[in-house]
Amino acid sequence: MTAPTRTLRVAKPGFRARLDPARRITQAAAALVIAIVALILAFIAWRGIQLFIDAGVAVPEILSPTWQPDPDSGPTTFGLLPFIVGTLEIFVGAALIAAPLSVGLGLFMAEVAPNWARRITQPAMEVFVGIPSVVWGFLGAVLLVPVLRTNFHFTYGYSMLAGQLVVALMILPTITSLSYDAFLTVPRDMRAASMALGTTRWQAIRHVVVPAAASGVMTAIVMGMMRAAGEALAVQMVIGNRASIAFNPMSPIQTLTSAITMDMGNTTPSQPWNMALWTMGLVLLLMSLSFVLLVRRLSARRPAE
Amino acid sequence: MRRVLLADRLATATLWALALFVVAILVSIIAYFVVSSIPTFSLAFLFSDPVDSGIGGILPLLWNSAYMLVLTMLLTIPIAVLGGIYMAEYAGENRFTNAIRFSQELISSVPSIVVGLFGMTLFVAGLGWGFTALGGALTLLVFNLPLLLRLSEQAIRAVPADERAASLALGSTQWQTIRHAVLPIAIPGIVTGIVLTAGRVFGEAAALLFTAGVATPAHYDFTFVSLDPRSPWSPFHQATTLSVFIWNTNSEANNPQHTEVAAMSSMVLLFLVLAFNLSSRWLGGALQRRVSGL
Amino acid sequence: MITSSAKRVGALAFAAAMFVAACGGGSSSPSPSAAAATSSSSAAPASAGAAASGVAGPSACVDGSITTSGSTALQPLVDAAGKAYVAACPKSTISVQGGGSGTGLSQVLQGAVQIGASDITADSKLKPDEASQLVDHIVARQGWVMVVNRGVTGVTNLTTQQAVDIWTGKVTNWKDVGGADQPIVLILRPASSGTRATFKKVVLNGANEAAGQALTEDSNGAVTQAVSSTPGATSVIGFAYYQSNKDKVTALALDGVQGSVDNMLSGTYKLQAFGHLYTKGQPDGLTKSFLDYMMSDPIQKVLIPSLGYAGAGQ
Repeated sequence: MTAPTRTLRVAKPGFRARLDPARRITQAAAALVIAIVALILAFIAWRGIQLFIDAGVAVPEILSPTWQPDPDSGPTTFGLLPFIVGTLEIFVGAALIAAPLSVGLGLFMAEVAPNWARRITQPAMEVFVGIPSVVWGFLGAVLLVPVLRTNFHFTYGYSMLAGQLVVALMILPTITSLSYDAFLTVPRDMRAASMALGTTRWQAIRHVVVPAAASGVMTAIVMGMMRAAGEALAVQMVIGNRASIAFNPMSPIQTLTSAITMDMGNTTPSQPWNMALWTMGLVLLLMSLSFVLLVRRLSARRPAE
Repeated sequence: MRRVLLADRLATATLWALALFVVAILVSIIAYFVVSSIPTFSLAFLFSDPVDSGIGGILPLLWNSAYMLVLTMLLTIPIAVLGGIYMAEYAGENRFTNAIRFSQELISSVPSIVVGLFGMTLFVAGLGWGFTALGGALTLLVFNLPLLLRLSEQAIRAVPADERAASLALGSTQWQTIRHAVLPIAIPGIVTGIVLTAGRVFGEAAALLFTAGVATPAHYDFTFVSLDPRSPWSPFHQATTLSVFIWNTNSEANNPQHTEVAAMSSMVLLFLVLAFNLSSRWLGGALQRRVSGL
Repeated sequence: MITSSAKRVGALAFAAAMFVAACGGGSSSPSPSAAAATSSSSAAPASAGAAASGVAGPSACVDGSITTSGSTALQPLVDAAGKAYVAACPKSTISVQGGGSGTGLSQVLQGAVQIGASDITADSKLKPDEASQLVDHIVARQGWVMVVNRGVTGVTNLTTQQAVDIWTGKVTNWKDVGGADQPIVLILRPASSGTRATFKKVVLNGANEAAGQALTEDSNGAVTQAVSSTPGATSVIGFAYYQSNKDKVTALALDGVQGSVDNMLSGTYKLQAFGHLYTKGQPDGLTKSFLDYMMSDPIQKVLIPSLGYAGAGQ
């Protein structure tokens, strides 16, 4: 019913269509995004490789587990491994907590909620997005950390799990709103057709709505995870910032972003230490890049909607 | 069949529970700030200048948050909506659109502080502007443009095909169709996108620390309307926003009452986001009636 | 509001000039008004601000607009002095950014700000040819204190040796330094911070902290929050910040000497360091006037002690 729309719109633009000023202007606006992002990426890449060019650090050194950037404390080693592991832990943990909650909530808003409930949940999600990360960090440090310590017997409370929970709450509204949109784009007719065949609402959701919205939901989760990877201020306030590799959710860890935020202001571009922070930014970017590529490949393999 | 019905009930109940849980979290966060603010809050807090010691107020910071929001959105909305139109109405699936989607996904993982340092290198030091509202707004554009472009594209795509077909069948050009048939229907979706993006402007701190500044302004003379950086109306004034102020108050803690000031400011910020969001929803509806009435 | 049309035209012309200057502006002068300012010193002693801040203003005003950034340990002092200056000289703007010592040094070097504040000397963070472009103005002495969670009992003083043992991880329980049987939770500032560098130099005599057993928090505020809420926690915060948070954490004496302005002045309290304000080349205009004001009696003798710093002199 709805499939032919694309062909209607994008019947190969002829010569005149290409000259269409509206087309030109809107295309230029879209191209600006590529230009800005390319500029930022070039900037990060350039600053990020200075550690190797200017400070002469060997590239494999960044995979060392030892982070000793201060020349006053002995020979330096710019090992980023603890931060890379910490970032992955926050990133994956937060997504595992947030994804089921928020996709479920998106489904609720799109399929189950009566009007009045939707009128509460939708603005609630938008207010959620508007809560600044500094407020999340403050809440995490003041409320969550003491609870983890006293009620759950964490050594410090400042821990990997605290970071995962705070980030999960932060990305929850992003994933919810985007997956809600994905569910909404599934045509009403498909649902109606399914239910007319005598299926329950849940069967219609499971077998019709969810598969049709799958790629949109996937994108929603990716966008949420990206936000988790880039989050700095809130995470830094609750994870304890210990630069050692740990796999216990109760232990303090450090992430790439929290190391960048903590040391950037106290160092100058002339110090290899500062260059290593930019290298962290570059590493984070490369991690996201490979993640985006991976998800794209995975979702491309799915049968088309 | 009975099992199927049970599964349906169970699923529905689970989804309801989930929704209640999430809304409860939000309500308790707001309640936390309201309760911890009550003992010290008064309306004067909104209309007076900040002080080093004691409660003071947040008027200049509120002003700056609103100013940054307007400035950023003035820069973002036209470009993002035009770009969204291109992506939804003109573009096919090719390398160019692929690159745009890729950029959108990638940019959200760049830490804000890195974008802030980029803005500092470019605007604060490179162009010699110093810390300015304009530099901060242009820095925020880096996040907001890709996000809003994507959201407006989605809103435009969600418009049913029949609307376009009908308009084209009446002999309208593609642009006329977009302008009169597609955009009016897409407006509520675009407004939702704007609200989501605006939330980030209110909330962003790390990217603004190095571009719009963190100095707590002592007092603003609103009668001084000029482009002079000392005028609060100038895009070249230093614009410490409310969330930067919250960050600074918490981390520097040199005011004996910093906890109260930070909690009250956070509460104000949350209500600001709430009010903004309700009013833009109303505006979106009004706009839609107006545009589709034409 | 601007009422007369003549005024409006004037404002527009000024605005246009402003815009051109701001867009293409050189890096050394922050704004046209600052550039113009050097010539417009008003000789009239300004006393209008005295009432506002309780601190007498500068002896002469210079118009203009400057920005400082850098050390968060010095920020409360520079901020208060800047406000006292502006209160007396309403035609000047002094905006005080934080960001950390490294930010202050690199921004003043780039010309993004006129004054860069640092806890440590420029040559320890910059290349020699960069550091030589900066001029050091020592304006105050700042102190730090060791603080503990209020629940830590029986410990009010640490000797240097005890502090070394705790910070290097040799001693991990308060009972080993005279307190109750309670594990010590060590909270550090980031390795790059001036606070940690000074503590390491003055108290630890260069020994490395047991970072692998400690937590690290970014700022005085975050450290205070962590120490006040974590049983057995200890850390180091700026004396000025401690004064604002006396009800949240307990201060420890070092080698039997309490951290106080008097003990800093007399030199018996050793956990202190100079606070540096750097300019690129010799200062002029408002920058010079402000730095002179920083060294004048109202700041050195009245404002500095009241905020928990000690004067630069002697």
